[in-house]
Amino acid sequence: MKVLEVESRETENRSSSNPAPDHSKSQMLIALAGNPNAGKTTLFNALTGLKQKVANYPGVTVERKEGVWRYGEEAARLIDLPGLYSLDVTSMDEQIAHDVLTGRITSLPRPDVVIAVVDATNLERNLYLVTQILEFKVPVVVALTMVDLAEKQSLEIDIAKLSRLLQVPVVAVKAGQKQGVEELAEKAFEAAQSRKVPRLPWLTDAEFLETGEEIHLSLSDDAGANRKIFARYNFISDVYQESVNAVNTTERGISEKIDAVLTHKFLGLFILIAILLLVFQTIFSWAELPMNLLETGFGALGGAVKAALPEGILSDLIVDGIIAGVGGVLVFLPQILLLFLFISILEDTGYMSRAAFLLDKLMSKFGLHGKAFLPLMSSFACAIPGIMATRTIENPRDRLATILIAPFMSCSARLPVYTLIIATFFAGQTVFGFLSLGAVLMLAMYSLGILTAIVVAFILKRTILKSPPPPFVMELPPYRLPNLRTVFQNMFTRAWLFIKRAGTVILAISIILWALSYFPRANADNFVPRDAGASAEEIQKEREDFQQSEQLRNSFAGKLGHAIEPVIAPLGFDWKIGIALISSFAAREVLVSTLSIIYNVGKDVNEESETLKEAIRDEKKADGSPVWTPLTGLTLMVFFVLAMQCMSTVAIVRRETNSWAWTLFMVCYMTALAYLAAFLTYQGGKFLGF
Amino acid sequence: MILTNLPVGETAKVVNVKGNNAVTKRLMEMGVVPGVAVKVVKTAPFGDPIEVRLRGYSLAMRRSEAEAIEVSS
Repeated sequence: MKVLEVESRETENRSSSNPAPDHSKSQMLIALAGNPNAGKTTLFNALTGLKQKVANYPGVTVERKEGVWRYGEEAARLIDLPGLYSLDVTSMDEQIAHDVLTGRITSLPRPDVVIAVVDATNLERNLYLVTQILEFKVPVVVALTMVDLAEKQSLEIDIAKLSRLLQVPVVAVKAGQKQGVEELAEKAFEAAQSRKVPRLPWLTDAEFLETGEEIHLSLSDDAGANRKIFARYNFISDVYQESVNAVNTTERGISEKIDAVLTHKFLGLFILIAILLLVFQTIFSWAELPMNLLETGFGALGGAVKAALPEGILSDLIVDGIIAGVGGVLVFLPQILLLFLFISILEDTGYMSRAAFLLDKLMSKFGLHGKAFLPLMSSFACAIPGIMATRTIENPRDRLATILIAPFMSCSARLPVYTLIIATFFAGQTVFGFLSLGAVLMLAMYSLGILTAIVVAFILKRTILKSPPPPFVMELPPYRLPNLRTVFQNMFTRAWLFIKRAGTVILAISIILWALSYFPRANADNFVPRDAGASAEEIQKEREDFQQSEQLRNSFAGKLGHAIEPVIAPLGFDWKIGIALISSFAAREVLVSTLSIIYNVGKDVNEESETLKEAIRDEKKADGSPVWTPLTGLTLMVFFVLAMQCMSTVAIVRRETNSWAWTLFMVCYMTALAYLAAFLTYQGGKFLGF
Repeated sequence: MILTNLPVGETAKVVNVKGNNAVTKRLMEMGVVPGVAVKVVKTAPFGDPIEVRLRGYSLAMRRSEAEAIEVSS
């Protein structure tokens, strides 16, 4: 091993001429970098407390977490880099980390010091990133985590020696107990002031490997880059051998024992299915009560506002536009919170990587990554948390493919539509004499969604999203108990992002849709009661219903319904169904309430309501034939399986892909597919004589 | 010998990582460089991917990726 020298980039006498911390320049910036699973998030939380800002880096969906680290009189901006194995720019995360370390991010200066979080139980691979950070000639302090676990594994690490060999301060920290945090602060603030960076002996090694003599290494040369990787690991192996005394390894034994069951050839898959079923069952059952409460709450809020404000456009806008629209989306919050709670736990314990390991072969047949499984499963509950969960997929094309097919999974908002149609046209019928036709149709709709998703994924991955299969090469981290604080913080961060960002778009679309059905105003002048002898109350109610359906008929939405009638006529839909289709773009379940307004049966109906079912069956065309046949119902269901009718999903896709082009592409291709499938269903059905 | 031919439970030393692409680069970054000892731990339910242990941690990779790794026991 070569003797390491220290060079100082800034003038030595700077500290003597200016001993007090320099407050004249902008606040010190410290970056936190480390491998995934190294305990970086836990340390970040311990250092910054609850004062954190979470946003995205400009132009990409990589999360940018920033906080303020206070230590005595000092305070520094602390920025949490994404978890990384390497700083070569092959992924978005690596690109961002690279840009932060080189000071290329706008509004973010180059960090004064980098704290490299290093997992003591996985020293060699964790030190690889440290060698790369050092090559950026930035002062580094190593925070050694999981020291207690390393002790349990009888890994004796000579911290002083490690520090001497690496030529950077090394501090053992236990973030959970805040141990070592003070020393870490001291060393970090010291390093930022002295700006000491070590000489990098492995670079000389790489140069030797390249040519046999010390000349400058060509960085663009890939073979050179591979030699560099080799040289870094050679250096690390030397450091490791000199500073670590590994006696035996027991914790690895524990993880291996757990894996003997959890990734077992046969048992593993059953356990995975059982875990997922448990997760979704819990999400559904636990979320039900808070969702009902939220719904009731928004209803009560709307009622209160209506009572408090004078009747008129303002009251209608707030109650029917804003509260109903935004409230209808916020009721999904409990599901999102719970899903992210479970995702955090599954990730933190290390099980998520195992699930990808178990399923990669199956998923890769459809051109998807093993990690796409959970987001797709979640989308059966709701595509919004499902799409948010695709963040665990690193490759952007794989992630995009998963986002683009996630809405084909029949979500809970389609259930009211399926239920209404099945109850109206197919109730009480059986197939083969014993299977309920309703259940068969329900299963068929779910299967249609899944099959379409598989086919679309297959096509996308071979055409516009064609890319060489991304490396699956993935760490299976040791099983660990999740840090509860990290889990909850993670959960609330995601929930807040959902409320804040999606909320703005959803608010705008809610107002637009409300205005479309609100303007121009119609009156109820030509109202004639059906039964003149009815009580005044009944007549008043009938008059209100009449006013509502008259309004819808004459509104912009009604005119749009008429306008699209020629387009949807081949699907067997008339203009009234057209209005329902337009309004159900906001959210699928709105179809039920819109149909009931159109068919004049009062607002308080649901999919079980007898009157709505009767109204649908009784609705006649001009020639007296029924508008709705069972075939029309089936066609509508097929359309709802495939169409992109959910403004919240659109908003989330826009946010997660950071591209209106992909969002529009998704809306268009899904709607086109839905139209085509509905067309084939209706025309095919008619041809067969239904 | 190629790593995929190494039976489950056996350990061998990496002698070469063939090729010059994103996969070999990622493998090397994860510590699969000549000289390191690797042990094949298990294969996933459908026969792919495989799990190997090296440098005290577990790494999963597809068979197609492991084919780049030459080992000698």
